[in-house]
Amino acid sequence: MAISRDEVLRVARLAWLALSEDEVDRLTGELDKILDAVGVVSELDLADVPPTSHPLDLVNVWDEDVPRASLPLQDALANAPEAENDLFRVPPWR
Amino acid sequence: MIDTLRLTAEDAQALLDRGEVSGAELRAAYLDAISERDGELRCFLRTVDETEGDGVPIALKDVISTKRVETTAGSKILAGYVPVFDSTVAARCKEADLQLLGKTNTDEFAMGSSTENSAFGPSRNPWDPTRVPGGSGGGSAAAVTAGLAPWALGSDTGGSIKQPSALCGNVGLRPTYGTVSRYGIVAFASSLDQVGPVAKTVRDVALLYSIIAGRDRNDSTTAELPEPVRLPEGESLAGVRIGVPTELTEADGIEPGVKDAVARAIELAEGLGAEVGECSLPRSVRYGLPCYYLIAPAEASSNLARYDGVRYGPRAAGESYQELVERTRDDGFGDEPKRRIMLGTYALSAGYYDAFYGQAQKVRTLIIQEHREAFERFDVLACPTSPTVAFPIGERAGDPLAMYASDLLTIPSCLAGLPGLSVPCGLSEGLPVGLQLIGPQFGENLLFRVGHALEQAIGFDTVPARWRHGVRPGSDPSGLTPRDSQ
Repeated sequence: MAISRDEVLRVARLAWLALSEDEVDRLTGELDKILDAVGVVSELDLADVPPTSHPLDLVNVWDEDVPRASLPLQDALANAPEAENDLFRVPPWR
Repeated sequence: MIDTLRLTAEDAQALLDRGEVSGAELRAAYLDAISERDGELRCFLRTVDETEGDGVPIALKDVISTKRVETTAGSKILAGYVPVFDSTVAARCKEADLQLLGKTNTDEFAMGSSTENSAFGPSRNPWDPTRVPGGSGGGSAAAVTAGLAPWALGSDTGGSIKQPSALCGNVGLRPTYGTVSRYGIVAFASSLDQVGPVAKTVRDVALLYSIIAGRDRNDSTTAELPEPVRLPEGESLAGVRIGVPTELTEADGIEPGVKDAVARAIELAEGLGAEVGECSLPRSVRYGLPCYYLIAPAEASSNLARYDGVRYGPRAAGESYQELVERTRDDGFGDEPKRRIMLGTYALSAGYYDAFYGQAQKVRTLIIQEHREAFERFDVLACPTSPTVAFPIGERAGDPLAMYASDLLTIPSCLAGLPGLSVPCGLSEGLPVGLQLIGPQFGENLLFRVGHALEQAIGFDTVPARWRHGVRPGSDPSGLTPRDSQ
């Protein structure tokens, strides 16, 4: 087994997903198969190969320091499920 | 009477320039085609009533933010989300006077190869509505083939423009990474995502690319094009060296009919003066798919962290902040985004990072090196776009690994950041086959030249057989109508 049910539950907490019991069962099987398939990358010895994070060779991108208007507050809140006093409203942190 | 099934964007522009039709008449013709055919095909998630431009109409994939027009990325978690700003590509289309027809269907967050992962139901292939149009940009590709839009924009992470174009029988370009702005695009995997055009001809694709490409100060990962876009004209391929990567033409799972159609197109290229030779990308093919399915989910798990029910989108009830966010995400995301978020979070988590994500980033370096070596000997690489023709709806939906294999041939060059053009090159079992042309970084003009020359030589009819008038059934099983026989 590449991944256990307990590990799936741990990852779901990290990913902020309240998975149902059925989803946990199904994902344990699916992720096990997928990890097995993608795990072939480990058969290569790449100790001396540098990683690529980005395929375009751009370093230090500069722009003119000209102020621009930012998004109006009203627009920023336009899609909010709940807003109050120009703030996003959420229930308390537990 | 405007025949939207055959009208190219270039021809539509000429009609407008000569004053033979108005922008409003053109728009009405496409909206009529949509009401006639989109009930069956379901390419559009929504059409728009009001438009700012008066020029050639266009459809945009629903991952492209459009001011005041709902943008969902095919996900329930963005249902009702109305952007308050335009993406750069939408703004550039407006500046070019293109009028927005509507937003096209996509696999949820562009994750998939069939549009079956869309929270709003699948689109259907215009050649055979029991089959998928490919994905994730199946809505845009099917709309262009069905004459519901003269051209469209898609987005491509591992094949989401090229593969649907192949399956729907039209032309799609995934541009060089960094040439088209992602400002305002719903992000999937940021080191891979690119926006690009879909159209019926290579010239239309080149024209639309010239409208959207170039540096954008709102996206610091963009670069200025090293040379202006040239609309292709000639039919000679003299002096062009075409490499055929053996692993990409002989991989397990490539259908014989696909192999044959691609081989015929490569022979035609030789006839037009190209020098054709074999090359090899062994590690790109063996490790490309696994590398992609570590890097793309890892980046997706980070990009999709923003969907929390706090700032936009539907919200689930919760007594605490944590409960609200966790429930919103479980309710709002479909199976495929959840699978990828879980896979990516795992690959990035402590203890697994080096073995999975870190190792995949090193594999990516090897894949870039292999392509660079191939381009020392060749100007363009040619192979099939998709291993198969359009597959039946439902065939792969229950098997994630089978679905992932749809992108086997498009993924390696995406990882290398290279441009790829899919051009229709014939039919197999009555369904379109795509020829994939891969270029070096910023090699779009060369791809347009080769694609255009081949398009003329191949003479593929982009109108699905069932909608052609006066064609005897079975009279032309290859789908080809070479000019010398007309």
